[in-house]
Amino acid sequence: MSYIKPKFHHPLLPKNKLGYTRKDYEGSISTLCAGCGHDSISAAIVEACYELNVEPHKVAKLSGIGCSSKTPAYFLSNSHGFNSVHGRMPSIATGANLANCDLVYLGVSGDGDSASIGMGQFVHVVRRNLNMVYIVMNNGCYGLTKGQDSATADRGSISKGGDATLFEGIDLCSLAIELGATFVAQSFSGDKAQLVPLIEAAMSHQGFALINVLSPCVTFNNNPGSTKSYEYVREHNEALAGIDFIPVGDEITTNYNEGERVEVTMHDGSVLRLNKLDHTWDPQDKLSIIAALKKSQQAHEILTGLLYIDRTSVPLHTMLNTTETPLNQLKEDQLCPGSKVLEGINAGLR
Amino acid sequence: MFSSTMSSINDFVVRFANVNGTGSASANLLFAKSIFRMGVPIAPKNIFPSNIQGLPTWYEVRVSEKGYLGRRAGIDLMVSMNPQSMKKDVESVRPGGYFFYDSTKPLQESFIREDIHYIGVPLMEICNREYTDARQKQLFKNIVYVGALAVLLSIEFEVLETLLKEQFKGKEKLVAPNVKALNLGADYIREHYSFPLDFHVERRDLVGDMILIDGNSAAGLGAVYAGASVVSWYPITPSTSLVSAFEEYARELRVDPVTGKNNYAIVQAEDELSAIGMAIGANWNGARSFTATSGPGVSLMSEFLGLAYYAEIPVVLVDVQRAGPSTGMPTRTQQSDILSAAYASHGDTKQVLLFPSTPKECFDMMADAFDLAEQLQTPVIMLTDLDLGMNDNLSAPFQWDDARAYQRGKVLSAEELENAKTRWGRYLDIDGDGVPYRTLPGTHPTKGAYFTRGTSHDEYAVYSEDSDTYVRIMERLLVKLNTAKKLVPAPEFYQDGKQSDTGIVFIGTTTHSARESLDQLKAQGIPCDAMRLRAFPFNEDVAAFIQDHDRVFVIEQNRDAQLRSLLVNELDINPSKMIKVLNFDGTPITADFISSSILKSLTTV
Ligand SMILES: Cc1ncc(C[n+]2csc(CCOP(=O)(O)OP(=O)(O)O)c2C)c(N)n1
Ligand code: SF4
Ligand SMILES: [Mg+2]
Repeated sequence: MSYIKPKFHHPLLPKNKLGYTRKDYEGSISTLCAGCGHDSISAAIVEACYELNVEPHKVAKLSGIGCSSKTPAYFLSNSHGFNSVHGRMPSIATGANLANCDLVYLGVSGDGDSASIGMGQFVHVVRRNLNMVYIVMNNGCYGLTKGQDSATADRGSISKGGDATLFEGIDLCSLAIELGATFVAQSFSGDKAQLVPLIEAAMSHQGFALINVLSPCVTFNNNPGSTKSYEYVREHNEALAGIDFIPVGDEITTNYNEGERVEVTMHDGSVLRLNKLDHTWDPQDKLSIIAALKKSQQAHEILTGLLYIDRTSVPLHTMLNTTETPLNQLKEDQLCPGSKVLEGINAGLR
Repeated sequence: MFSSTMSSINDFVVRFANVNGTGSASANLLFAKSIFRMGVPIAPKNIFPSNIQGLPTWYEVRVSEKGYLGRRAGIDLMVSMNPQSMKKDVESVRPGGYFFYDSTKPLQESFIREDIHYIGVPLMEICNREYTDARQKQLFKNIVYVGALAVLLSIEFEVLETLLKEQFKGKEKLVAPNVKALNLGADYIREHYSFPLDFHVERRDLVGDMILIDGNSAAGLGAVYAGASVVSWYPITPSTSLVSAFEEYARELRVDPVTGKNNYAIVQAEDELSAIGMAIGANWNGARSFTATSGPGVSLMSEFLGLAYYAEIPVVLVDVQRAGPSTGMPTRTQQSDILSAAYASHGDTKQVLLFPSTPKECFDMMADAFDLAEQLQTPVIMLTDLDLGMNDNLSAPFQWDDARAYQRGKVLSAEELENAKTRWGRYLDIDGDGVPYRTLPGTHPTKGAYFTRGTSHDEYAVYSEDSDTYVRIMERLLVKLNTAKKLVPAPEFYQDGKQSDTGIVFIGTTTHSARESLDQLKAQGIPCDAMRLRAFPFNEDVAAFIQDHDRVFVIEQNRDAQLRSLLVNELDINPSKMIKVLNFDGTPITADFISSSILKSLTTV
């Protein structure tokens, strides 16, 4: 069951530029296990939308099936949501986006949903560069069906039952970069300071933005020997850089010296600032991040932060040359050629 | 048995045996269209393999003064251009018929039958003499045989020339050499054979303003008129040309003249699951969207069709049926997805189906499909087949009423949400017709948002595992199905009231042959009443017709009598009075087959 939260607004709650409080971005009460990483990601989404001043009803939240895919019920209750079928959220998102280019599309999926049953759709939504944010709540297992290994479980990772995973884990970030993704980030549900600006940057990106968030399953995959447990991820997390997101129009203040930071201006004029950069990598250089990811895997490190961004990104609508007016708002006279034209067509068929 | 009633003028079947990929298609179309232009009804059919080049293909043209457009067995004139299939082609000529062949090389002894006539024209020799370029030799060979046939069958040369001029508009240089090729064939016949044949063409005024087009193109055009703006698809014969047609018409008719931008989007999906998912996502978001597929695609789409049914999302799907199961005979026709479409997806589902039988109906029903899908907030599946989809069909012309407004169904605007007096519920049945009100994303800042899901939900779209709630929603979906019965196209009857104790029932492309069979049976003193179904769910008229008749022949093109099963199941009919007439060999059903099946059954009763 879902529980509706009481709609009580404290008059002194802070408001964003649109006049909304954080509460306006929340959803119903979560029914996930206490401590589940997915709930922290929901909270980060609420925070990011609040800070980014998005109008809640201008967001469409979409998901597949899984514990992770339930979360859209737990944030943005003023947004339309679509909990589709297992592994098929990308196609729903593609159709919805084609119908109306004016909304923000926020897709949420699990590692089972994206890397197993939905791998085909995941791969193709990446290469179509659909303008959407795609968050994978990655716990290395199938939470909802009680803890079976997923395809992102690392080889050798120990399950709750004590078995080692036999097969190579799929790294969705490397795969997405290979496929031509234009925004790829990795984060940890326990690192809100990093995750919130990443979600904000992803929402400002024009094109497909993947955030693979390690999100431990406390019930089935948080045991010693698991490479997706809280403890393991905390110990092996290697943040590439500190990260700030400065929305359009906000004042840019500096905490770090020039040279120690890189600023990436997003399409909409907002700025993503990376501080204390690891100098072996440049987020706009694909080869450098591929090398960094390979090295980190050998060293059993988990690289987090913005991994890659292509600012020349051309989203699907532009590639298809669709009109600026959302297709769902075209009027009948723009859609229907009328009877005169039809007479001409008939004449050509005699 | 029935072919003896045939008259020799404007009543015959010509079959062309060609090799796939040799450019014969346009020559054959030239032949067929010239007869059409002479005012005589024709029914052309392609019989082709699942292959791109090298295998045998056939093209069959039935010429019918009476306007019978179904297939007729028995070949009167075989045009044999394929050595590979020659043995079979010789055998398929009816006794007394003609075998037209390239006599550059002598015919093999074993191909000689005593009971048929042979017409040899040295096509290759003529082309070798007249043309130097190898490609031209091949292409003009086709035109040379059209010229020869024109003399044999009294086809007017001016008509052929006009057609060539139209075909090569903008490339006028090509007209003269083509006309020359026609004459080479014609002259050879005039010098060596008596003509015309005992059966041939005579100019008539029987086709009026009718048009010649394939059902897929008609449906593609219908989707443009219906306002479809998002199309997703995955290639599969015989549905591919439907989306291609949509794309061609949209390029012509849907590009903004000022900005040059497209008022439509087409995505070739990675598979059928994705194709239907995109169509559902777009419709959920308020754009009219469809996908087209064939049987294997319907199997893959079924999970999503269940979601759209249960979450009540409009979507339009065209299933151009082919012979199953599995990959089956991918280039042969059947009506064998009736049950898998009607009950598509697991759990209790019933989907709305439309059964067009002509290109005009493909066009019209495409528009109806979008109206119905949005009015009912449910999938609508239009079931055509390869025979209708991929063959040129003689059809009444397309019509569009400019006063027709799209029926967008119950979608709440921002004002309506703002002014609502009571709490809105996505799945609340306010009007008692089983159809709730929906909202589109982005409509109102604080009202109308809801969570679409395939899990059990209450009237307010909130997740619920409460049994009463579940049952209530499932039963309301049946109320909606009753509403659908009033909205879907009504059955068509071919008589006033009841005339006979025997009824026949059919759908789609069975119609032409079934109607011809009605004439045949009547001529034998057995008049029958007939009903053509145009949609599922079946309404009261359908039930009443079956009730009123002692025996009902259900004529269809599949092995398992799927239409009969659906009727029996949905209308609670005693199956014993429902008699199966089944053709499922992959070729279109014929009137002779239907008549003899019915006669046999009536005499053994
Ligand atoms: C077609 C289909 N097959 C199987 C299932 C059962 N199922 C539900 S959730 C799930 C796995 C979810 O794993 P993941 O996406 O990683 O989400 P998590 O629960 O771990 O967040 C499976 C196999 C289903 N719902 N649909
Ligand atoms: S089972 Fe695991 S993934 Fe699912 S809610 Fe519980 S902790 Fe989270
Ligand atoms: Mg998981």
